[in-house]
Amino acid sequence: MAEIKNVFDIAGRSMAAQMVRLNTVASNLANAGAVTGDRDSAYRALKPVFETKFADELKRTGVSTVDATHVEQVTREPERVHMPHHPEADEDGYVFRAAVDENEEMVEMLEASRQYQNNVEVVSTLRSLMMRTISMGK
Amino acid sequence: MNKIGNYLDFHAQALQLRSRRNEILASNIANSATPHFKARDLNFENEIQRHVKQGPLQTTDDRHFPTNIHPLREQMLYRQPINPSFDGNTVELGVEQMEFSENVVRYQTTLEFLNKRINGLMSAIKGE
Repeated sequence: MAEIKNVFDIAGRSMAAQMVRLNTVASNLANAGAVTGDRDSAYRALKPVFETKFADELKRTGVSTVDATHVEQVTREPERVHMPHHPEADEDGYVFRAAVDENEEMVEMLEASRQYQNNVEVVSTLRSLMMRTISMGK
Repeated sequence: MNKIGNYLDFHAQALQLRSRRNEILASNIANSATPHFKARDLNFENEIQRHVKQGPLQTTDDRHFPTNIHPLREQMLYRQPINPSFDGNTVELGVEQMEFSENVVRYQTTLEFLNKRINGLMSAIKGE
């Protein structure tokens, strides 16, 4: 994995991880309420797994960023709903609704976008500090 | 070290430390959503004391290599959370953002001191 050298690596990779999170939220919300005829093919919400990446193996410098290492499905079961007239319904008249909690996803979306903004703020602040440092003594 | 170097050294060291601390606080903010992440920080007052006392290695012979590397690294501490969260993450966004903005202001102050000293030297050199 690429080295973590400066604030652009730190905040950039964190923003990428938050972007993965926002994309999973978008997929989950897009599939919320979708129904299928059997339990196995029903949609289950996706969640990214975040992991801290340290700039040095010994974790002595305190410099670290975050990566979304992989995306997992939640273990929550899809809801079994009685809809006998639905074209996808099984022989007992049941369909399976995607295992997505819309409220949870909305909270997730707000939190991810707040944290994305925080990283942007950090980069723009430190970038202007760097520009002022470059023009030192002028 | 030469006289001009000595004259600027303290603020140069302070600027470096402030910049290191900015990176650490940026790391904390970057990890604000990572479970089990422990927020780090350094104690600026202690570190600047140590940097000023120790300084770079002294050379006693022309054939020795001068070095600007400090013999000891900064001592990294862990932040004590005010309201610990359930996922084991000790980053509190409010705290980190306040520390960050304070550190940025102090960085700018140090930069201003350096600028003033450099400008003072420049006008002394030009003799205007």
